[in-house]
Amino acid sequence: MNTILLREKAQLMRRLIMQSIAEAGSGHPGGSLSLAEIMSYLYFFQAKLHATDPLCPERDRIILSKGHTAPVLYAALAAKGYISEAETLTLRKLGSRLQGHPDMRKLPGVEMSTGSLGQGLSVANGLAMGLRLQGKPNKVYAILGDGELQEGQVWEAAMTAAHYKLTNLTAIVDYNGLQIDGHTSAVKRVEPLADKWQSFGWQTVTVDGHSFTDLYRGFHTERDGSPLVVIARTVKGKGVDYMENVADWHGKAPSREQARQYAEMLGVSKDAG
Amino acid sequence: MQAKLEATRDAYGRALLTLGETRPDMVVLDADLSKSTKTAGFAAKYPERFFNIGIAEADLMGTACGLALAGFKPFASTFAIFATGRAYDQVRNSVTYPRLPVVIAATHAGLTVGPDGGSHQSIEDIALMRVLPGMQVWVPADGEEAYQMILAAATVESGPVYVRLGRQPVPRVSPEGYAFVPGTACVLGEAAPVAIIACGVMVDASLQAARLLQEQGIRSQVINMSSIKPLDKSLLASVAGRCELIVTVEEHLVAGGLGSACAEALAANKARPPHLMIGVEDRFGQSGEPQELLAAYGLTPERIASRILQALAQ
Repeated sequence: MNTILLREKAQLMRRLIMQSIAEAGSGHPGGSLSLAEIMSYLYFFQAKLHATDPLCPERDRIILSKGHTAPVLYAALAAKGYISEAETLTLRKLGSRLQGHPDMRKLPGVEMSTGSLGQGLSVANGLAMGLRLQGKPNKVYAILGDGELQEGQVWEAAMTAAHYKLTNLTAIVDYNGLQIDGHTSAVKRVEPLADKWQSFGWQTVTVDGHSFTDLYRGFHTERDGSPLVVIARTVKGKGVDYMENVADWHGKAPSREQARQYAEMLGVSKDAG
Repeated sequence: MQAKLEATRDAYGRALLTLGETRPDMVVLDADLSKSTKTAGFAAKYPERFFNIGIAEADLMGTACGLALAGFKPFASTFAIFATGRAYDQVRNSVTYPRLPVVIAATHAGLTVGPDGGSHQSIEDIALMRVLPGMQVWVPADGEEAYQMILAAATVESGPVYVRLGRQPVPRVSPEGYAFVPGTACVLGEAAPVAIIACGVMVDASLQAARLLQEQGIRSQVINMSSIKPLDKSLLASVAGRCELIVTVEEHLVAGGLGSACAEALAANKARPPHLMIGVEDRFGQSGEPQELLAAYGLTPERIASRILQALAQ
């Protein structure tokens, strides 16, 4: 695992997240930024993906159930080379393939249209069942938010995955502790997270979601025949100091100037175009 | 014509067994109702391709989507009230928005569920499903048509299909040699001054009503509009051009169902006769035997015929 490469890709994604949301004038930076290392780790190390073909039939599948953080998905697809960096600046514009929430019919590389929270894990289950039925070795990864765990369908799906022993499925919880209205502990407590998943029949591992070596450890947990959830402790808004751990940046766009300053700070002054 | 009765849900079960044989890519999902929805036969014969998701209709729809993404042809079944109500957002956002080729085969639709009562009688499902962009909505009138619809649904790749199935055995109304084609209505008689457009169990009731009208010297033509979406608009236009009265009859709310779909299609038509919309008015169902309920809600042949006579007298 080349952590230097993974770090570079995560930083590239952060720059694209900031620039694309600033250009759009709306969007969700906080929960996009908290996923940068996780997405870098998945797209550039863990998942088996084709170098140039996002629809290669032999690929692993990554479903972003927390669809409002589409900017980090588009940034990952751009970092992967599936779309251009320039296209990320069309986020949320009329006619763009980069819809406010991911649309699989518009953009190849988006595995499933998501956005209405709580629905992605069920879809990931079905994919995992289907791939297993076909005898394919491919893995399915489903990325959920911690606030999203308040949706009841997540727990229906958690039961299903355990019942069907979907060992080719890994869920990732972006555990940043914040949702639109504030701390998850204040809005509606989701803890104890590991206990909840375990009681639903899952294997759990808790990792630092910004550490590649810790993510590696989590994703390489020895499997016991159950589905695995990687509970990734993260910082919402990670990498942009004034956004870190501030719930107000859940769904507020930075200005173009803030995006430019951020890119400069990263030492990447080159324009996305 | 065969005299034997068959519920459309039983025909669904038969069709699944046929598809199980011919379509190795086909899978069936249920939400703990497989004996009632008649998916149990498929489950017994093809257990590896059957997934019981338990009492979790939202999860049922999402799981079906995942199987579709993996390249399978999923049939997702539960009662109509749950498929279209409980799981509405999943059907909208996970199934229909990404145009996934999931077949939602929902049974126990309408008042004729009977004693389970109003909480279980879906009288709004046609409305809920037909407003979804790209969703096809089919309502079979008898077992033969239901069987054909399920085989047809298995070939649809462009997006989802909602098939509304019933609990009660119904007589065959489809003519010999009938072939269901989406978007094509089945005309069950000669052109006449009154057109009775019906779907589901109301097709047979309408045929009986037409016989009652005949006894009074009133000629009517019954049309089985089983494909509510896509709708047979060209047939509707020609019917509107030659009729004195259009009647729609459905075991569904008047609001939003077959009658509304026809009215929308005809609204801009210059030569548009009056349109009598027969269905459930703005109220829920209740417990009772199916025939008692149809009588209580004005959906018997006698009541259909008398309302048509009233409309003609106006």
